[in-house]
Amino acid sequence: MTTTLHSRARTEARPEARPETRAETRGDTGNTGDGARTRLTARRRDLRTPIVTLVLTITALALAWWGLNSGTSQMTTADTLDALLGRADEGTARVILDWRLPRVVFTLLGGAALAMAGAVFQSMTRNPLGSPDVIGFSTGAYTGALVVAVAGTAGALATPLGAVAGGLGTGAAVYLLARRRGLNGGGLSGMRIIVVGIGVSILLGSVNTYLITTMDLEAAMSVATWGAGSVNDITWTHVVPLTLALAVLGPVMLAHAREMTLMEMGDDAAHGLGVRLERVRLVMFAAGILLVAVVTAAAGPIAFVALVAPQLALRLTRSGSVGLLPAAAMGAALLTGADLLARWEAVPADLPVGVVTLCLGGAYLVWLLTTMGRRTA
Amino acid sequence: MSSMSTMDDARRTPTASRLRTESLHAGYEGRPVLADLSIEIPDGSFTVILGPNACGKSTLLRSLVRLIRPTDGSVLLDGASVASIPTKQLARTVGLLPQSSQAPEGITVADLVSRGRHPHQSLLRRWSTDDEDAVARALADTGMTDLASRSVDELSGGQRQRAWIAMALAQQTPLLLLDEPTTFLDIAHQLEVLQLCTRLRRSGRTLVAVLHDLNQALRYATHIVAMRDGEILAQGTPEEVGTAELVERVYGVAARIIDDPETGRPLVIPKAPDPGT
Ligand SMILES: Nc1ncnc2c1ncn2[C@@H]1O[C@H](COP(=O)(O)OP(=O)(O)OP(=O)(O)O)[C@@H](O)[C@H]1O
Ligand SMILES: [Mg+2]
Repeated sequence: MTTTLHSRARTEARPEARPETRAETRGDTGNTGDGARTRLTARRRDLRTPIVTLVLTITALALAWWGLNSGTSQMTTADTLDALLGRADEGTARVILDWRLPRVVFTLLGGAALAMAGAVFQSMTRNPLGSPDVIGFSTGAYTGALVVAVAGTAGALATPLGAVAGGLGTGAAVYLLARRRGLNGGGLSGMRIIVVGIGVSILLGSVNTYLITTMDLEAAMSVATWGAGSVNDITWTHVVPLTLALAVLGPVMLAHAREMTLMEMGDDAAHGLGVRLERVRLVMFAAGILLVAVVTAAAGPIAFVALVAPQLALRLTRSGSVGLLPAAAMGAALLTGADLLARWEAVPADLPVGVVTLCLGGAYLVWLLTTMGRRTA
Repeated sequence: MSSMSTMDDARRTPTASRLRTESLHAGYEGRPVLADLSIEIPDGSFTVILGPNACGKSTLLRSLVRLIRPTDGSVLLDGASVASIPTKQLARTVGLLPQSSQAPEGITVADLVSRGRHPHQSLLRRWSTDDEDAVARALADTGMTDLASRSVDELSGGQRQRAWIAMALAQQTPLLLLDEPTTFLDIAHQLEVLQLCTRLRRSGRTLVAVLHDLNQALRYATHIVAMRDGEILAQGTPEEVGTAELVERVYGVAARIIDDPETGRPLVIPKAPDPGT
């Protein structure tokens, strides 16, 4: 398919910037001359991306603050502030610091982690549909959790471990099945990984359905709640591993981000520029999968944040390729906002955040597919 | 015939070749393409690779930069196997303009060309005046300075091609491999690219280009490699390679060779089909 990879609405024909200097052909040994021309190509640090990232980060933090202040127990913002500063009474401190804060921190970091993973998958598959959800990771994680439950070992530790194993196993399987031998020991085509992922997803979906039918009602209900993706029961024990994972994997991913961007030009061009294709692919794929795994282990498969956040960030930054940091900020804002919606009094109590993101994501997907179709047509 | 298809060792030894292959076999996943290929890219030459579609020209260039691994034999750069050279270091020595690439949507020409500086950068060394100069020069050399701030996907096919060439030039490698650099270009810009290649060669660089226009190859190349079905049929100077017999063997096209009135080099005139048929 020749659809553009990061389908960004094509900008209107912009007024041509015409620099004064005229083109001239000069010998390779000729000097580059006038300093005026050199500014022309200056890496005019495009300010748009940092500003968008900043605004999104502030939005995410504002939503988080809102989240800290809302809940069934009535607290004033002064109470929240006191609790954060360690001046509140025990009851208030418990509600704010032990219940609401970990949840809010989790939605911030988890949203960022999912979005970074999504950005990586979309960049590597050169396709806005490339995301851990679409290529089978979430379904695989669910399968893992179900297998643990069916085996009768479900628990606070076994379920997340099963989920991570299921997700990683599915990721590895998709990666290997989609690999083509020959090109530098394994080219990876974007469309291939998506198609293989969807196939594996469908297969595992039927396995999941079968597994649920074998369970008794209570166990089935409990895994179904987990399977929807919920941050209702998040505690600091969930936040710590996520923080550690982000602290380690985040910088690793950022260090490879530039090479990943170059790979969007195609393997040949990227290799020609000195990009270690296989290494970047492996590092990014593994880091992305691990981040999703850590979030999924704690909260279940939270749908669509990974798919939507990088694309929304892309549209806001209007840059050619998915940036990790803007995506992360968008993901944090999105998941924190979705959790606020899920907790909103108007909706039925205890709606899992995954249902809200699923709803938002579904709407986005329909919109994406219709606009994509229109542009290819 | 033997003078053109076999190497005249006595004459060749003095020309050094930083880049060469030794009985190279390479291909894709169970599809061997190159068979027992031994070529030398003479230093300071403008080497043109000729051959019909699908004969393995792009595959050869990919092997030279170890984008695909040989199944047998080796590619040597400065006497060392390219397999042992770190990718980034290799990219500072050998540049590649692939036959096709995708420009990220919305990227400007200047930003695309700037990407050519990647092999010279690192986490610590980000962007310097050297990079700035290299980009400005690459833009000027390809006549793209005026278009620098335009978005690549708003360019014509030929302008886009020149933007990609500029990216490869900005890499400033002593060896530069160009896969069909003149495709999509009008005759004036084709000649401009070929003249640019000649200028770059004169300034000491080694150029390798895949071309489909025989007469342009014969006119501008200093060294020609003729391929068919993954094998080398001949390598040598335009005079050695530009024979009717070879054109027939490479392309299966009957041709007459005359002296190019402009340069005195061989000029290929395909024979008119027999009017009887
Ligand atoms: N990525 C690939 N995977 C599998 N086979 C390939 C791949 N690229 C090329 N081939 C095959 O290898 C053979 C040689 O292709 P190559 O691209 O080297 O030809 P070429 O001489 O550059 O042709 P052209 O003049 O059309 O560019 C062809 O049969 C082609 O089908
Ligand atoms: Mg080719």
